[in-house]
Amino acid sequence: MIQLYNVSKTYQNKVQALNGITLHINKGEFVFLVGPSGAGKSTLTKLICREELPTHGQVIVNGRSLPRMKNRQVPYLRRKMGMVYQDFRLIPNKTVFENVAFALEIIGASRSEIRQAVPEALRMVGMEKKLNMRPYQLSGGEQQRTAVARAIVNNPALILADEPTGNLDPDTSWELMKLFMDINSLGTTILMATHAWDIVDEMKKRVVQLENGVIVRDEEGGVYGHDH
Amino acid sequence: MIINTIFYYFREAATSLIRNSWLTVASVGTIIISLLILGSSVLLVLNVREVASDLESSLEITVFLDDGLEQERLEQLEEEIKFVPGVSSVNFVTKEQALENLKESFGDKAELLSGLEKDNPLPNSYTVKTREANMVPSAARQLTELEGVDQVRYGQGVVENLLALTHWVRIWGTLALLVLGVAAVLLIATTIRMSVFARRREIGIMKMLGATNIFVRMPFMLEGMIIGLTGGFVAAVMIHFGYASLLNKVMISLPFIHLVDDSNSIYQVLGALLGAGFLIGTLGSAISLRRFLKV
Ligand SMILES: Nc1ncnc2c1ncn2[C@@H]1O[C@H](COP(=O)(O)OP(=O)(O)OP(=O)(O)O)[C@@H](O)[C@H]1O
Ligand SMILES: [Mg+2]
Repeated sequence: MIQLYNVSKTYQNKVQALNGITLHINKGEFVFLVGPSGAGKSTLTKLICREELPTHGQVIVNGRSLPRMKNRQVPYLRRKMGMVYQDFRLIPNKTVFENVAFALEIIGASRSEIRQAVPEALRMVGMEKKLNMRPYQLSGGEQQRTAVARAIVNNPALILADEPTGNLDPDTSWELMKLFMDINSLGTTILMATHAWDIVDEMKKRVVQLENGVIVRDEEGGVYGHDH
Repeated sequence: MIINTIFYYFREAATSLIRNSWLTVASVGTIIISLLILGSSVLLVLNVREVASDLESSLEITVFLDDGLEQERLEQLEEEIKFVPGVSSVNFVTKEQALENLKESFGDKAELLSGLEKDNPLPNSYTVKTREANMVPSAARQLTELEGVDQVRYGQGVVENLLALTHWVRIWGTLALLVLGVAAVLLIATTIRMSVFARRREIGIMKMLGATNIFVRMPFMLEGMIIGLTGGFVAAVMIHFGYASLLNKVMISLPFIHLVDDSNSIYQVLGALLGAGFLIGTLGSAISLRRFLKV
């Protein structure tokens, strides 16, 4: 589903964030991306959703080369992936329902599709009772669950999560991880950049560790690291 | 579905317009002012042209003759005048008749002229008409050359002055329009820029969710178009009523001046104002989005 070949990324300010990354992620996998701050985790996720282009190397998602992809095709790439971030990125003046529905409105879904898919996604994340609340009325965990509902509402093949538990307390983080496991068990690929070593250690999934822009470890059923 | 999407575009555009209400009002106001100038100059030019062509068609050439020409020469001269290119009719006016005409034009102050009969200072003359107004100058020039002709007069200057006026109206009108038009475009661009700025987080979210460029941009384009069309509409309505009342006043107090009053030309002007407003709004949005919304 995702293939990176010898990928390097140097930002305009000459910072080399990634250096010769080769990585394959198959459909249905659950992969943790770990490593110290500045290692290049966010940069890697940005390359996969084509928010950034690699300086060198090839990035292939769903069989399509992202460096060669035309700008106007990028929206259609992103519709096949759901993004979850530390800061939730909900629209403040929209309700829970409207925020999730927005993902469908944007791709031109009909009202009946929206009426059907949104409650389903909200049920999946356990937010079906708060659909008329606005983000400021919700706890961090609830906001993040709303964001996850939005990410999965059009059945993406891939979830990209960049430190999704970064603003959540441990219990809420675990709830989110259970939600991710449910979503993963339905066949959705998940790539999650995180500093939450306890979660990584507990879940025994594939762990890819970055340091200074290179992959220093890639193991199945791995732990966060040996030095925390 | 498409209907939902269109509804969404309008809702978002309206939200922005209300959020930046002061800038919206300022932009609409600037457009109204520039379009009022455009509309009035166009109407002024049209009217001056109309009046000028009215005047031209009533233009005659008066050919004053030397004193004491023989009857024979007069008859010959009339033939020669008829041969001047463009001349359509020739009328002999005796000095006595000329004095009568002058008295008539003095109306109740005609007694000022009494006593002139004894020693009439007015010369004999021919009143010459041409087939087309624009033939007047060249015909007049050739008439001056004829033997026995003292002076040739026609509405010298009047038409030229009017046409020069339209020339200046056009130049200044265009200049004012350009300056105000650019100001209006820039003001709209600023309004749209503020809207983009106010929604930059939302725009980022939309892009993350896979919104196309058109989807992201459309509400902002629409915002500019609405501003432009509103300004154009208000200006058109104001010109419409203003001009109607002007026509009315002129008809009552200056009935001999004939202004452009066919509804076809007027609606064309009003339509052009609406179109110009739309153009200004669209241009403003487009410029702003090009500069501030890289998608
Ligand atoms: N847009 C950018 N422009 C320039 N440099 C950048 C940009 N984004 C990231 N960097 C640099 O690239 C390097 C890797 O950053 P990145 O955000 O990928 O790290 P990270 O692993 O996600 O770190 P963290 O765990 O703190 O989120 C850092 O040195 C960072 O300063
Ligand atoms: Mg990061």
